[in-house]
Amino acid sequence: MKNYETVFILNPALSEEQVQKSVDKYEKYLKSNGAKIISKEIWGLKKLAYTIENKNSGFYNLLEYTGPAEIVPSLELDFTRDETVMRYLTVTLDKHAIAWAEKRRNRGPKKVSTKKVSTKKAS
Amino acid sequence: MAGIEEQSKIKNEGEIRYLSPLDINTSKAKKYCMFRRSGIKYVDYKDGDFLGRFINEQGKILPRRLTGTSLKYQRKVAVAVKRARHLGLLPYVGDLLK
Repeated sequence: MKNYETVFILNPALSEEQVQKSVDKYEKYLKSNGAKIISKEIWGLKKLAYTIENKNSGFYNLLEYTGPAEIVPSLELDFTRDETVMRYLTVTLDKHAIAWAEKRRNRGPKKVSTKKVSTKKAS
Repeated sequence: MAGIEEQSKIKNEGEIRYLSPLDINTSKAKKYCMFRRSGIKYVDYKDGDFLGRFINEQGKILPRRLTGTSLKYQRKVAVAVKRARHLGLLPYVGDLLK
């Protein structure tokens, strides 16, 4: 069982509650398929470096988990079917990455520059 | 070390000019791989600000001949920058990023 890390970006038009609900949904999906969640981070609304689907910002979310390899393609299939997911990226974590992730968690998420966008409505 | 102009002035005053070479400092500061020096083993694609050091103002990945990164970590930097671009943390094409 390898460790995986998934970052996905949700539509900025959603409310905070909907984002929370969506993250919980994927968390539950992973758990029900034999994965164990190691950490969950909701970075909040962040500005994008370039427009994606005509939007300038998005809700970034990070899930770190360990589980069977089959879970990754099925999770990504779910992402493609979900219209609110703008982008996603799953990477396998090697031993250095796991050590880094642990260090990062202990340090707290504040280091990750969450430049919050004040204007909630982005085109 | 005296300035170059001063040195040349001193030498001009004598009968023999420029027989000994001017004492000019030509050594440059040695570049080094910051990952090796500071013991970073993993290049995080989630930290866009950090990766900003390895791209130029157009968003292109800088060659290691300029940054001094070792080959092993240059490969990791390149992958990390590409992942960050995919996630919208870094631009594919930028203009005056710095």
